Amino acid sequence: MNDNTSASQKAYLAALQRQKHWVTFFQWACLGLFLLLWEVCAALGVIDPFLFSSPSRMVRSCVELLSGGELFYHIGITVFETVLGFTLGTILGVGIAILLWWNPFLHRVAQPYLVILNSLPKTALAPIFIVWIGNNMGSILAVAILTSVIVTILNVLNGFLSVDPEKQKLIATFGGTKRQLFFAVILPSAVPDIMNALKINVGLSFVGVMVGEFLVSKAGLGYLITYGSQVFKLDWVMLSVVILALLSAFLYRAILYLEKAVLRWRE
Amino acid sequence: MEAIVRLHGLGLDYHSAQGETRAVEEVSFAVYPGELVSLVGPSGCGKSTILSAIAGLLPPSRGRVELAEGIRVGYMLQKDHLLEWRTIFRNACLGLEIAKKLNATTKQEVWALLEKYGLADFAFRKPSELSGGMRQRAALIRTLALKPDVLLLDEPFSALDYQTRLHAADEVTGIIRSEQKTAILVTHDISEAIACSDRVLVLSKRPAVLKNTYPIQLDGAKTPFQARESADFHCYFNQIWKDLDYHE
Repeated sequence: MNDNTSASQKAYLAALQRQKHWVTFFQWACLGLFLLLWEVCAALGVIDPFLFSSPSRMVRSCVELLSGGELFYHIGITVFETVLGFTLGTILGVGIAILLWWNPFLHRVAQPYLVILNSLPKTALAPIFIVWIGNNMGSILAVAILTSVIVTILNVLNGFLSVDPEKQKLIATFGGTKRQLFFAVILPSAVPDIMNALKINVGLSFVGVMVGEFLVSKAGLGYLITYGSQVFKLDWVMLSVVILALLSAFLYRAILYLEKAVLRWRE
Repeated sequence: MEAIVRLHGLGLDYHSAQGETRAVEEVSFAVYPGELVSLVGPSGCGKSTILSAIAGLLPPSRGRVELAEGIRVGYMLQKDHLLEWRTIFRNACLGLEIAKKLNATTKQEVWALLEKYGLADFAFRKPSELSGGMRQRAALIRTLALKPDVLLLDEPFSALDYQTRLHAADEVTGIIRSEQKTAILVTHDISEAIACSDRVLVLSKRPAVLKNTYPIQLDGAKTPFQARESADFHCYFNQIWKDLDYHE
């Protein structure tokens, strides 16, 4: 800010800053209040801590599980499956979208299948995958990929098709081929759509991995949740859910950084 | 003088599920080197279709398009279509890149054009940082970089607001004149056609036929801006207006 900023402008900026601080304060205050209320209710017996757990019990089981090294193992498995799931789902989805853009006939043939597959809850196929692929990580990955691939195809293809046809004409006036059109105009135009697909896929892939882990029940946070609920260790269940929330927030952040890097690279 | 572009009874039809549309009935005309010719006509009369046929983007349904041997045709579209993620310099190189002619020499030529037409300072800016007129100039340089002999201008100013549009028309015609290019300008704006060109061809509504030809002679007017001030300007305007017969 330079010296000749007017007093009213300074006041405006200060008010803006103040408001920002208040928003951050209330965001944390809500969380703090919720945890406090939870802890107090559990301590006073308003809710049964055996069924509802409590923040302090979660911290205790977190320390317990961490000391055995188990928690990191389960987190690692879930993160690995999720990242691999949405990465493969996105790559496969973009690949199929490219194919369908390239061949409009194929696109028209595939259209009804895509629409039906899109509205079908993909997790319903998880038990079938377990029968086909086996009770292992392969099935979990298959569910994770399937949950994200259809949405990716539809969103990215839509991005490809929404490029102004006049831009195609522009490339045609330079005597460009379809390949040149794709790499010079269509693909870079759709980079934001691809990044959006990646963001959506983080969440979807988590859903796929959770359902897979529930069913396969060998390792991962999903396993911890089902196992914990079966043996009435609700502390484990609650802890796993909280960790999941943190993980998804973290992965989403990572995608935002990736997006920035990709957009810079495009330039 | 030998014509650089000649249309022999060009006719164009469109096919769609709803039926066949006759866009252009029969149009014949010739354009000579160094000339700036305008095609005016009511909206949807097939003006742009004629340009597409000249550029070879659309096969004629009837008749033919004859281009002088070895000439290159450049096309300029209604919107600038600069790619937002490329700098102005890289946008100006797009045509060369697609035509696989991008090398040190042609890059140098693009630089020279950017410098000549006042865009050198903006070479490494993004299109979004430029005004509408500057963007249109950048688009023209992208076309000129391929050294076309004939420029086809498809309503290149219609996406601009009125003031920018007058300026851009002034600039673009200035550039075309100074580069000694031949140009065919398609427009629905009568005053733009008169102000910019040596000859105005009036087309009927669809299916298009050639209704009239006006060689434009405005005494002392060197730029489209001055042309609009000229006394004869309004005579031409009124005649073409009558030809177009908007009340029909």
